[in-house]
Amino acid sequence: MSAPTLVLGVGNAYRRDDGAGVLVARGLRAAGLPGVIVREESGEGTSLLEAWQGADEVYLVDAVRSGAPPGTLTRFEVPGEVVPERFFHYSTHAFSVAEAIELGRELGLLPGRLVVLGIEGGEFGQGEELTGAVREAVERLTRELGAELAHTRSIAHA
Amino acid sequence: MNNRTVKVDYLARVEGEGALYLKTSKGKVLDAKLRIFEPPRFFEAFLRGRLFTEAPDITARICGICPVAYQMSAVHAMENALGVTVGGQLRALRRLLYCGEWIESHVLHVYLLHAPDFLGHQDAIRMAKEHPEVVKRGLRMKKLGNAIVTLVGGREIHPINVKVGGFYKLPTRQELLGLVPELTWTRDAAYETISLAASLTFPTFDQDYEFVALRSDDAAAEYPFNEGRLVSSKGLDIPVAAYDQHFVEEHVEHSNALHSLRKDRGAYFVGPLARFNLNRDRLPSGVAKAAKAAGLAGTVTNPFKSIIVRALETLYACEEALRIIAEYDPPAVPSVPVTPRAGTGYACTEAPRGILYHRYMLDAKGIILDAKIVPPTSQNQRTIESDLRHFAAAHLHLNDADLTWQCEQAVRNYDPCISCATHFLTLTREEA
Repeated sequence: MSAPTLVLGVGNAYRRDDGAGVLVARGLRAAGLPGVIVREESGEGTSLLEAWQGADEVYLVDAVRSGAPPGTLTRFEVPGEVVPERFFHYSTHAFSVAEAIELGRELGLLPGRLVVLGIEGGEFGQGEELTGAVREAVERLTRELGAELAHTRSIAHA
Repeated sequence: MNNRTVKVDYLARVEGEGALYLKTSKGKVLDAKLRIFEPPRFFEAFLRGRLFTEAPDITARICGICPVAYQMSAVHAMENALGVTVGGQLRALRRLLYCGEWIESHVLHVYLLHAPDFLGHQDAIRMAKEHPEVVKRGLRMKKLGNAIVTLVGGREIHPINVKVGGFYKLPTRQELLGLVPELTWTRDAAYETISLAASLTFPTFDQDYEFVALRSDDAAAEYPFNEGRLVSSKGLDIPVAAYDQHFVEEHVEHSNALHSLRKDRGAYFVGPLARFNLNRDRLPSGVAKAAKAAGLAGTVTNPFKSIIVRALETLYACEEALRIIAEYDPPAVPSVPVTPRAGTGYACTEAPRGILYHRYMLDAKGIILDAKIVPPTSQNQRTIESDLRHFAAAHLHLNDADLTWQCEQAVRNYDPCISCATHFLTLTREEA
């Protein structure tokens, strides 16, 4: 029996597109994938360091703002890659995802494999409504990530 | 010196985003603005039409760092409206929950956001290269704060166990005792934190502030969390229900935020320094001794020294948590009965960053007709700008990069949780 895969949905569902990561997490939780643990996180970095402690494989989904069109999906893997410069600088908390990853790297507190999935947001004011392109991206990523997790878990059990 | 404009649209290491704008000419500061957006008006509107019981969980969503503060101000304001008093062990458990949040928030700020400034590191990651053991200590201390919030609050992010009248579920004595070993370790680590903070070099920057904090008129009362009168270093002494008669919110042109002001007076100062200056006689002797050893004599008027006070309040929160756990005797019921009635309720509680004001008007069925929420960062805004004006004036000889960094430090003294009021900001850099 392999260790469960951890999915962290990061953001604030009352900050419009910032809720994208949280909504993906909720979609995946509703899918009830075996061997997958889903958690919602605010994005405060030290809590992320604790959340992934001891995990082998972690998927982290967060809204980002890098200047790309809203709904654009980005993916990178840690420890192999470094967090793209300024990638997560605009997030709710300044000691956030990027800082948690790089501090984790420095102190040896990273999981074996961390897949970071960014959804470019457009509107981050107070409210619950996502912009159209971001809503579509949330649905697409939930579907694709669900399929990927089901596939990797089935390989892990084979 | 020629005219120059220093504009920082993203303040690193402040919770959330902000924009600092500084305009100078011929060695003088012409303008200093700290821009933040949006007080929690969405939530105030969102609350209207909801049942009074929903306010604690809804308002907890406003901030990922201080959800407990929002819950505490919400339940106390509702209980004030409904004529309910929560005492004894339930009151103690609320204090314990607040201890957890103070530890989390203060340790995060001291170790990961503020100490790098004083130690000359750009951020905690670079600080960790040189002082990994110091950063690891901070992470372990913060984890204990999380453990308290998770146990008493029901979960770590957006706790769900708090209700008007008390709690949904009570922790067992055994569960609380399970926190004691790590709490004891964190208490000891808090002493090291105080030593670290006190050993830092502080710029000379003493200002004439009006400090505002809660303080109980009961001589036997503790250092404040959830109740007390609103007092100030310049003579204010009012019940919380009179808040709106003494404080006003003013719309600020350069920001969508509202600045809170003392009516007819202007800027005021809330948070650890205000609490400490107005309640230091309420600290237990061990913490008072540590304050003295850290060099804090008399009223502290240098905001850069707030890092020492946060370390002291971390020690206090550990001591208070240990005391509450030692005396814990689970009450027969997790909450007292609450019956809806029409009325208005007011509360301030001491969030890690200072007083958080909630006011609710309810109808006879307990439906919320009106809500007002004033976060501590809104209340400190005007004081932060005033600090920037004075601080920058004395440091205009620095180059832009250094001046910017120093000004950012001056802002970080207030640990402004801008995420309560704002989120993203379009980045534009303007050089004059």
